[in-house]
Amino acid sequence: MEILKLTGAIIALIGSVFLLLGALGVLRMPDLYNRMQAGTKATTLGSLLTLTGMGLYHPAWLPQMIMLGLFIVMTNPLSSHALARAAHHSKVAMSNKTVEDALEKMNGTDSNIDTDAGRDVNDNRMEELV
Amino acid sequence: MAELIINIAGVIALSGVMIAGIRFVLGPSAADRTVALDALTIIGISLIAFIALSGGRVIYLDVAMVYGILSFVGVLAVARYLEGGL
Repeated sequence: MEILKLTGAIIALIGSVFLLLGALGVLRMPDLYNRMQAGTKATTLGSLLTLTGMGLYHPAWLPQMIMLGLFIVMTNPLSSHALARAAHHSKVAMSNKTVEDALEKMNGTDSNIDTDAGRDVNDNRMEELV
Repeated sequence: MAELIINIAGVIALSGVMIAGIRFVLGPSAADRTVALDALTIIGISLIAFIALSGGRVIYLDVAMVYGILSFVGVLAVARYLEGGL
């Protein structure tokens, strides 16, 4: 029983380090989109790990912790996607190290938006790199 | 031993709240502040779970769930507003 508590505590510690790194990324990254990536991916993993660790520490609460984790996994990417799209729509500036903006190119060819547009963008990118 | 590690993890998550709060204050645009708010609420859910564990009250987990739902709806509403659809 003690080993289960210790395992849960260590998993929660690793998860809280991920939470700290995600917050550090939100502070330090150069533009909005990089901040969003750090602030969403790292904190999702961190909160999953902390909730799992606390569920192992206190096994009677494990189902509720799993429900909370599933909820975070379902909603966090959705809200970050909507926010990134809204920020791009309201012309938030990108960092000057940005290589390309695929959504802008897709909006340029608004008459026939299909799967070919993304492939063309990738082809152009490959030609530039070659 | 395990309780000490859990407490250290809670302190680390709390310092994450402070660091993301700096970006929430500084953030040049409204979208930056919303990203910081999103990260803050996700860290906050974990913190509420830590508080539930240290206080021994299972009801705080329901509070964390409602907090998550409200922050999700709030971020979606702000995103819709920034896009110009609200």
